[in-house]
Amino acid sequence: MDFYQTDLSQLHDDLVNKKISATELTRETLDHIKGNDDQVKAFLTLDEEGAMKQAQAVDEAGISADQLLAGIPLAVKDNILTKGLRTTAASKMLENFTPVYDATVVEKLKQAGYVNVGKTNLDEFAMGSSTENSAFFTTHNPWDLTRVPGGSSGGSAAAVAAGDVLGALGTDTGGSIRMPASFNGIVGMKPTYGRVSRWGIIAFGSSFDQVGWLTRSVKDNAYLTALIAGNDEHDTTSSLKEVPDWAAQLNDSTSIKGLKIAVPKEYYDGLRADVKAVIKAALDHLESLGATVDEVSLPHTHDGVPAYYILASSEASSNLQRYDGIRYGYRAPEAKNLEEVYVKSRSQGFGDEVKRRIMLGTFSLSAGFYDAYFNKAAKVRRLISDDFTKVFKDYDLIVGATGASTAFKIGAEIDDPKTMYMNDVLTVPVNMAGLPAMSLPAGFSAEDGMPVGLQLIGKPFDEQTIYNTGYVFEQTTDFHQKTPQLGGQN
Amino acid sequence: MNFQTTIGLEVHVELKTNSKIYSPSPVEYGDQPNANTNVIDWGYPGVLPTLNKGVVRDGIMAGLALHAQIARRMHFDRKNYFYPDNPKAYQITQSATPIAHDGWIEIEVDGKKKKIGIAEMHIEEDAGKNTHTSKYSYVDLNRQGTPLIEIVSKPDIASPEEAVAYLEALRQRIQFTGISDVKMEEGSMRVDTNISIRPIGADKFGTKTEMKNINSFNYVRKALAFEEKRHQNVLLSGGHIAQETRRYDEPTGTTISMRSKEGADDYRYFPEPDLPPVEVSEDWIKEIEGEMPVMPGERRKHYVDDLGLSDYDAMVLTQTKEMSDFFEEAIKDGGDPKRVANYLMNDVNSYLNDQHVDLQDTKLTPANLAGMVKLIDDGTISSKMAKKVFKGILNGEEPQAYAKEHGLVQLSDPAQLQPIVDDVLANNQQSVDDYKNGKDRAVGYLMGQIMKQTHGKANPKIVTQLLMKSLQAM
Repeated sequence: MDFYQTDLSQLHDDLVNKKISATELTRETLDHIKGNDDQVKAFLTLDEEGAMKQAQAVDEAGISADQLLAGIPLAVKDNILTKGLRTTAASKMLENFTPVYDATVVEKLKQAGYVNVGKTNLDEFAMGSSTENSAFFTTHNPWDLTRVPGGSSGGSAAAVAAGDVLGALGTDTGGSIRMPASFNGIVGMKPTYGRVSRWGIIAFGSSFDQVGWLTRSVKDNAYLTALIAGNDEHDTTSSLKEVPDWAAQLNDSTSIKGLKIAVPKEYYDGLRADVKAVIKAALDHLESLGATVDEVSLPHTHDGVPAYYILASSEASSNLQRYDGIRYGYRAPEAKNLEEVYVKSRSQGFGDEVKRRIMLGTFSLSAGFYDAYFNKAAKVRRLISDDFTKVFKDYDLIVGATGASTAFKIGAEIDDPKTMYMNDVLTVPVNMAGLPAMSLPAGFSAEDGMPVGLQLIGKPFDEQTIYNTGYVFEQTTDFHQKTPQLGGQN
Repeated sequence: MNFQTTIGLEVHVELKTNSKIYSPSPVEYGDQPNANTNVIDWGYPGVLPTLNKGVVRDGIMAGLALHAQIARRMHFDRKNYFYPDNPKAYQITQSATPIAHDGWIEIEVDGKKKKIGIAEMHIEEDAGKNTHTSKYSYVDLNRQGTPLIEIVSKPDIASPEEAVAYLEALRQRIQFTGISDVKMEEGSMRVDTNISIRPIGADKFGTKTEMKNINSFNYVRKALAFEEKRHQNVLLSGGHIAQETRRYDEPTGTTISMRSKEGADDYRYFPEPDLPPVEVSEDWIKEIEGEMPVMPGERRKHYVDDLGLSDYDAMVLTQTKEMSDFFEEAIKDGGDPKRVANYLMNDVNSYLNDQHVDLQDTKLTPANLAGMVKLIDDGTISSKMAKKVFKGILNGEEPQAYAKEHGLVQLSDPAQLQPIVDDVLANNQQSVDDYKNGKDRAVGYLMGQIMKQTHGKANPKIVTQLLMKSLQAM
């Protein structure tokens, strides 16, 4: 089976009413994945045995009405640690790495009784916008297999778009959930920085990284995000704020009347014409639903990408130093002394993009360059954050495109890092300011037929307004009901 | 040409917390390699540090003990470098916002008092330990993450003697706060030195050389004295000092170049994103101030002015907080200050040295030492007997009961002693005659006979009184 015509609560009812058992559901899910994944290549590791075991355990224990997640098959991005299940970050460095502990988010999902079907592909160490930087293979966009699924959570996005699972965990450092959600016509939420524990997430840019879900529906997303959110004693940057039951607020009476929406011209003006047309229609639609829509400016938006690549790469250059071939991970077999263990293991274990960012970050932090690069970028970060704060004094929500274009062709940008980096121009500022933001299906390009995502950006810890708006938009449009036609699979 | 010397010292002090600074692993020594480690200490993928609040508390305590300004808001920084004992390949330390700054301590050299400034002190984590054999190198991460305070002096120190006086004073003050054992020999206090010289009156400092991890105060003095002389010789012969790290070679008493500092290390410091900044409230500082034990200087003054001890005695008794507390406790229990002091400085200290143990590791209690001293003072036991009773109280015995049980009580009852005196006089007519003929030495002989008969238990004071009275009556 695929998950196109159902959602979490429907599936849960079926399980509770024994229309289907968790074992049957998992078996069918695995079969569906095996039927299409040689084309999509969303999974780095398909854990058939583990998934069936989890499903059996759920069936044996029985599912009560309050265990919404029990027996539901989901997928996990492969930079999130799963105890006993290989976790590679799509890097040769961790090709044979099996963690001894679970990430906090995984632990919470286990307690809720989910079934993990496997680990999804990504750009190596989550660095990239296409999954082409995976050390193992590139994931294909289910809407057009010659195109990228976006990145870095491309495997998770493609798995959801291909109907493999209802939801897959992703991480978002500069747009890595929202951008692939946009490219795949699904929902992707990056919660507020600090909302979700980072314990057990293979660090990239620690002050930016945040875990979130890629899902088919807004309501499923709201439910799943609440389940993984909350303070964690292992992560002292995680917030002590209460986690509201976002999904419970979403119902037929949810309305956005009087909602004050700001549209930054920077998130609109430079869009490709076909994307712009879709976004314009979406904004008109929001207005027709009773929201006020005003144009504003976030003047430092275009400084975001250069500043982000300095700051996130600086943190990454430090975070990735632990991969030294000494305690775990890849060690160059021919290394003869300590220096060679370091240099050869890292030269062979890391891919080009990872090395590029390590070098960029190392340079930015070097004595003599720190002020001109790291410090200056940190100042830009504050300016970007201030831009948002100013707009949020008068508005409830900021809305714009998630990306300026649709999913590009595999191979089109891989040799041009600067163009590749510019894919993040509308997602990166959100991470700079630590805000919550969601991408949801807004329509399709008249030019290439590919999905276009609408980005909703909220105030810190105000995921509710994003979910409310997204839910109303979703309920009054039918873009999310369209599904890719995958080689006759559907 | 005459030179003036400038010395700056960096001291690492290991804190005595139960758990590590950024992980819940226990801080314990002597266990199996890597026994006291977890995923955080391994620098495993996905791990995050959590700050041990006790370390911040101890850091504030140290800052207050060194008269320093406490930072009200601080963050942590990463210091990046590759080494197998450094599993994250960065150390989480404080660079931009040290926990305390601008403190001072007073030293005394040749009767002259001087304040040495403390530039700053910060909290950070220790590294693990590498061991090398001919075939393999081994990494033990038990020590990884042990909390440290690094205390950086201002370049106010003008001689090797001042350097040692500074270290002594620093060690003592930290020791009294109770946050560290501060033992050089065990590595809970480590010293790095910087020294330079310049012609007297020159405004620019000379080129400095650094020495790391010198492991005793005595070697610090010798190493600095050697470097001071070496700098002078190089400059006087027209050479120039290379900025470098040198090592003190104990057998030869010289220093040896280890590595040049010309191409200085670049640690690429930046703010630690995994730990939120720490706010320190005025109330918290006050609370810690309230827990601050009386410092050694004040105690010494009290011992000399109020208890009549000598400066030297007061100094010895305030070497450690444990000794000083023990002394004060024993005084409270009624022990005579001078006698308690003597016991602690002599018998107790030599016992501790022989056994290589600390006072707090023995069964000796202040009450028992005071009790024994009182028994001596009231004549219940002799000094000779006290030696035996002392062995008892070292094992935790109550002195009075112990003395009784082991027959270590002097015969002081004249009614019991008189017959023995009479008996000895009756049997030693020759000595009695000698005495009457003015030979005072005879008294000594008679005393000896009485002591012999009482197996040394007779109270000599009482015996002397009885003997003299009897002799004069004859």
